[in-house]
Amino acid sequence: MSIESSNINVQPHDDPTRSGLTLDSICCERGDRLLIQDLSLHIADGQGVRIEGPNGSGKTTLLRVIAGLSQQYDGQVRWNGEDIRQNASSLATECLYIGHLAGVKALLTPLENLSWWLSLHIPSAKPISQEVQLQALQSVGLDRFADTPCHQLSAGQQRRIALARLYLSEHRLWVLDEPFTAIDAAGVVLLEQRIAEHLAQGGMAIVTTHQAMNIAGFTSHSLSVMSANGAIS
Amino acid sequence: MSTIHRDEHAPIFAAFNALLLRDLRVYFRYRGTWLNPLVFVLMVITLFTLGIGPDPSALSNHAAGIIWVVALLGIMLSLDALFRADYDDGSLEQLLLSPQPLYLSVLAKILAHWFITGLPIVLASPLYSLMLGIPFSAVPALAVGLLFGSGILSFIGAIGAALTVSLRSGGLLIALLTLPLYVPAIIFGSQFVESAIEGWPLMPTFSMLLGLLIGAMVLSPLAIIGGLRLSQDV
Repeated sequence: MSIESSNINVQPHDDPTRSGLTLDSICCERGDRLLIQDLSLHIADGQGVRIEGPNGSGKTTLLRVIAGLSQQYDGQVRWNGEDIRQNASSLATECLYIGHLAGVKALLTPLENLSWWLSLHIPSAKPISQEVQLQALQSVGLDRFADTPCHQLSAGQQRRIALARLYLSEHRLWVLDEPFTAIDAAGVVLLEQRIAEHLAQGGMAIVTTHQAMNIAGFTSHSLSVMSANGAIS
Repeated sequence: MSTIHRDEHAPIFAAFNALLLRDLRVYFRYRGTWLNPLVFVLMVITLFTLGIGPDPSALSNHAAGIIWVVALLGIMLSLDALFRADYDDGSLEQLLLSPQPLYLSVLAKILAHWFITGLPIVLASPLYSLMLGIPFSAVPALAVGLLFGSGILSFIGAIGAALTVSLRSGGLLIALLTLPLYVPAIIFGSQFVESAIEGWPLMPTFSMLLGLLIGAMVLSPLAIIGGLRLSQDV
């Protein structure tokens, strides 16, 4: 797997207490295939990492490890210096993960889908008002479909419901697996803007995509690390 | 653009309520989920009456066992779908990653599922008494027994559903995994119904059922959470 990124420190054994996300010698096997070998990187506030690689190179696996979904790996994932195996909840409150599957219920409307997700991920004593949720749907161009059952929407529109979460999120770390899948050109531009905004506010992002990304925070110091680690084909 | 500020003192039941409401909405928009188990139970009881024959005393002799086994099968078969849809559309991932207590989320999902499968089976108790010749005075006890019993069956069956969620078809495997765990519930549940029919004291078996329900409610979510986490590593 090759990792192209900006501002990325490839110094795994630095001070472990510093803030941000640290991957320390991550190794992953699936079946009898070694997917990720000895991967180390650090992401600090305001930094974004784009992870690219051929199909089957372990991009999704890596993201699931970082988000805390997958437990089968060697090495350490540290969030603010703490191993997420020891303290999963500190990462859970600050990480937003959008995977291949949108997490959208086909029988519910976009508004209903957004609302249950908010209760799970941005719990608050005062429920988030419907206007704010509609505003988020408007940002992804779905306000006209707010009350249409999702099974009547296209794949791209269903994907946009998941992406509407980005407009409500105040999570520090965004873990996005192929966020541009099924999104049209205009939508890609909007999404890139939103990710750039997030980085400008001091957030962090890890994105897998096969598409060239046009985000200031990602490309300003673009340095490609063709690592010796990676998939055995 | 507005950002939301997270509240550290958010009510811990926020996720519970949201999931309960969400699942009930989904179930009510897809009627098959709540009608099928009830129709299944009524049909199998009908088959028993045809198989055993019209002799009322023979029917009522076996009524307690028949009702409990049939209710068990109806609930168990419907549980296959408990986590499957969430697994397929990715909302299970979002559930597992939520900072809210997973224990309560799992309870909410089981409760929502019980509302649309277990509760209709409990409410149909008067029908079983007609079909199987149970004296009408025993109906309240039958309903109470099934109320507790269907809860026990849902909690235990959900363990099997969680363990098999990543398999394409878990139906038979759920049965193999969870049927042994149902043994105490079947013994005391049918004993309870029989006591009601025969007019014996109800308290001993009632307290056993209550104990089983509390035990299942407290312990099964732990196993369910483990099973759901495992499903993400396939």
